[in-house]
Formats: sequence, C-alpha cells, structure tokens
Amino acid sequence: MTDVFLTSDNIITSLGFSTGENAANMLADQTGIRNHEDVKMSPEPFYASLVESSLLHDHFSTIGDPDQYTRFEQLAICSMQDALSNSGVDPADPGTLFILSTTKGNIDLLEKDKKQQYGKERIYLWNTAKLLQNFFKFRNDPVVISNACISGVQAVLTGSRLIRAGLYENVVINGTDIISAFVLSGFTSFKSLSTGPCRPFDKSRDGLSMGEGSGTVILTKTPYITSDSKQIVAEEGFITNDANHISGPSRTGEGLFIAINTLLKRNPVILDYISAHGTATPYNDEMESIALTRSGLHPVPVNSYKGYWGHTLGAAGIIETIMCLYSIRNNVLFNTKGYHEMGVSHPLNIIDKAAYREINNCLKIASGFGGCNAALLLQKK
Amino acid sequence: MSQTYIISDYCSIRNHEVVLHDKLVYANTDAVFPEFLTKIYQHFGISYPKFYKMDNLSKLGFLSADLLLRDKDIHQHYAGNEVGIILMNASSSLDTDRNHQNTILDRNNYFPSPAVFVYTLPNIVIGEICIRHKITGEGTFFIQEKSNPSFWVDYVKILLDQGIIQCCLAGWVETEGHNYESVMVFIEKSDRPNSGIANFDASSIHRIFDNKK
Repeated sequence: MTDVFLTSDNIITSLGFSTGENAANMLADQTGIRNHEDVKMSPEPFYASLVESSLLHDHFSTIGDPDQYTRFEQLAICSMQDALSNSGVDPADPGTLFILSTTKGNIDLLEKDKKQQYGKERIYLWNTAKLLQNFFKFRNDPVVISNACISGVQAVLTGSRLIRAGLYENVVINGTDIISAFVLSGFTSFKSLSTGPCRPFDKSRDGLSMGEGSGTVILTKTPYITSDSKQIVAEEGFITNDANHISGPSRTGEGLFIAINTLLKRNPVILDYISAHGTATPYNDEMESIALTRSGLHPVPVNSYKGYWGHTLGAAGIIETIMCLYSIRNNVLFNTKGYHEMGVSHPLNIIDKAAYREINNCLKIASGFGGCNAALLLQKK
Repeated sequence: MSQTYIISDYCSIRNHEVVLHDKLVYANTDAVFPEFLTKIYQHFGISYPKFYKMDNLSKLGFLSADLLLRDKDIHQHYAGNEVGIILMNASSSLDTDRNHQNTILDRNNYFPSPAVFVYTLPNIVIGEICIRHKITGEGTFFIQEKSNPSFWVDYVKILLDQGIIQCCLAGWVETEGHNYESVMVFIEKSDRPNSGIANFDASSIHRIFDNKK
C-alpha cells in the first residue's frame, strides 16, 4: 500500500504563528485562553483563545493587503503560505489538491457592516475555498469538508485516501475557524462554556473554552526532505456515527469505540500515545474515557491540547494532528494544560506534565455534533 | 477500482415534485417551500414527531432518505456501520445560520436558542438520518458550488473499494430561502440482491441530477 507522508505544516493560534512557536510556548506551560470583554462579541465577559488582531495584520501585510481579506481568509492564507514555503509542493501542479476544513468559515459576514464591506457571496464556503485556490493558484478545484468538530481529522483522512488511491500526489489541507458573536452566543445558549480556562478530564471541569486558529498540513506520496529520518505516515482512519443524539455524545461511547476498534483491528500496533478530543465538557471527556477503556487503551498516555488554545472547531483536528507529528518528531509528550485531578469515571493515563520519551505512533481521536466520531493512526516510518 | 457498483435507487425532491425510482410519486404545486415538506411528510404517512423540530435542511434530507430507504430493509443486508452517508450542498447551513444570527442582533432582544443553534452545522442532517435508520458508518458533508460528480463519485468508490463501507447513501441536499433541491442515490456493490437502475459512475449521476422537469 502506498505510504502517505505528512510533511510541512504550520499552526497559528494565540500562542504563535508557527508550529515551533506554539510548541515552545506550550512547553513553557503558557495558555492563550484569557478573559475578554467585548460587547460586540458577547454581552458578558468570556474566556477564549483569540489571535491578536494587530499581529495578524502585521503578518498578513507581508503577504497581501489586509483591507481586501477577511479575518478568516487572513488566518488561512498566513498558515498556508508558511506551510507551502519550502515544502517543494507546487499548487499549480495537476497532482496537487487543496482541502479546506471549517465549520463556519466567514460566518462573521452575517453581521451587517461586514456584509456591506465584502458582499453577499463571500460567506459561501465554496467561495472561500475558491478565493484561497486563486490566491495560491491551485490548478484543481478545492474540496471543502464541514463535518462539525471532526472536520480536521476527517480532512487528513480524506486527503490520505485520495493519495493512496492514486488520484493525487500531494494534498494541502487547511483547517480554520474564527471566534465570532455567532459561535459564542450559540455555545453560550448550550451552556457549554467554562467559567475559566477549560480543564480537560479534570474533576472540576465545567465546559469548553472557545478558540480560533488555523492549521495547515501537507500530505505527499514522496517526502521532499529525504534526509529527515523521521518521516511520519497517515495510516488508516475510521469515521462513525453514534446514531443516538444530534448534540450530545453517546453515553456508552459506542461510535468512538467502533471507530477505534475497527482501526486497531486492521492495524494492530502497541500505541505510544493518544491525542484525545478532550473539550473539557463533562459529557465529552466522560464519553472518551469510556470509549478508550472499552478499547483497552486506558493505560496509554493521553492528553488534550484544548487547555492551550481552546476548541478551535474546524481547525482543531488539523492543529492537534500537527502537534502529534511534533510529538513523534521530537519525542515529547505535552502536558494536559488545566488538568489536575482525575474527573472521569473510567480513569485514563492523563499526561500531567511534559515528558520526553520515544514516540513511534499516535492515535488521534475526535467527536462532534451530529454524533460523528473519528479515529486516525499516525506512524513513524 | 476493480469492482463495479450500481445505483440501486434514487429519490429527488425538487420543483414541487417527488420522484422515486424514476416515477413521479407526489406533486403539489400549491404548497410553497417549506410547507411542501410537511405535505410530503403527511402524504406518505410518516410518523416521526422529531421531524417537526428539524430545520429545513434536515427535513429535506430526512424525507429523501426516508422515501429512498422505506422499502429496503437495509439491516437485513448490512450492519449499521457498513452503511455510509456522503452528502453535499452549496450553502452549508446558511438558512439556519441566518435564523440564529437574527436572535443575537439586538442586545436588548438577545435570545440565542440551542434548538436553533444545533442546526447551524450542515452535517446535522447526516446525524438525523443516522438516528432514524440506525446507520453508524462513515458520514461526510462536502460543500461544493454545484454537484461535482467527478470528485465525489471517485470518493465514494474509494470508500467501497477499501471496504470502509459496503453501501452508501449519497447526494445533494440544498435549501436556501424558498429554493430547495434534493437528489439522493443509494449505491451498492453489483453482486447485492437489489437490482439497480444504472451503473454508479459520473455520467449516470449527471443524468439523474440533471433530469429537471
């Protein structure tokens, strides 16, 4: 079977504009989740991880005219530009595909003043992808995946399947979502937001922190930097549905369990590390603990990245997958920021401080609204 | 891609008409959208109270899948996780997004509702179909300006070829304002018992999708 390598990448969050800058701040135990007071965003103060607007403006100014592009587009372009530079991948190549993963795209353009500035058509996700296609001159029409919070993991999986089937040589995947009054009000109405920075798997966890960000990862059949001994491949992955509830996770973790179990049956490995979804809502983390325990994976070190930059929705699966790559390349496991005391009924081996050890593989999992679950296996070659 | 696949059936809901298996099974030119959806629900005697809680996108997708699968006992032939659902549209969930946005326009009249917000994701319609038909296999929602079979037909074939799923509900589900269109096909491997109406390839999909009256 063709190997699909994950090569160049970039992460933009409140903790930095590159993967390395994010990782350095995470190892220094920083969080980008802060209390914000902005009545345009929310009538009440809220905790969230936001990319500093002036920094984004400065970064984007070196690439394009900030007045011509929305916040969402600027984030995506900055991230894609960084990942594409020195990747050896040419967007104009007929063997290169671009996949965009997002839940809400330019949703802030529903606000009246922004609609007037950018026009009515700009909000459509296919149009956003087309704009990015034109900016980077991708020859092939882009693919947009909008599958709630598993969109990012799903996009990596879709890209690797398309390469493995011989349809493309390279797939450039970007996942981006921004924080807007739209999503803040929605998650507030669900009573899903935490009262402080989120605390994944912790006993006192009381909800998620929202975050915004962009991540780009490039999948390829032929790794460009052949001297790097640590090439990582995206093995198989599985997506399932709970068929149980549209907004709540399954109480038995059935869907996630089936995804993990099918994956590990077809790819029997001894796992070194699991990157959980770990949103820090009471239900999600509990469900994951049940699904992982049912899969016999409770002894495997597991963490959640949400305590560093919150839940970045359609970007989450991409930037967390990139952090898994970072862990494998650098033999480091990141602390579960915000976690202090076991707070799930099926105890897991939660990583509670940064640890250095050899990491050869990783299981990335995610779950989302609509009852969807994803499991993806990454392995060092 | 060695194996061949068939479109064993399709259902379209558009232009005031419901077409199932190439036959016009219901038409109502009096009811405008979205009332037309309620008329379909009543006409076919569907009993599923949750239908009334759904947004228009989910109602349209739910009805298409329900009519398409109503005479097929899919669980007799397939396990729940062998059935995939691949849907797409152009406007994502924008209809409901606008409804949600209207609830937060005014700080003195601020009433965001979880019952509305949950439908501000296009893949919720997949979740609704999964719950109704106990489908637990792979689901993906793609956004495309218009149906692009040269991409998604290949993608569905990859899922079938790799044994990730054994059959697939796939198609287009779009609602925006009074505009709506749904075309859903059921795809199986050719050695399955259901006789097909066409081979599963981009040209058959074009023919079914473009068959606008």
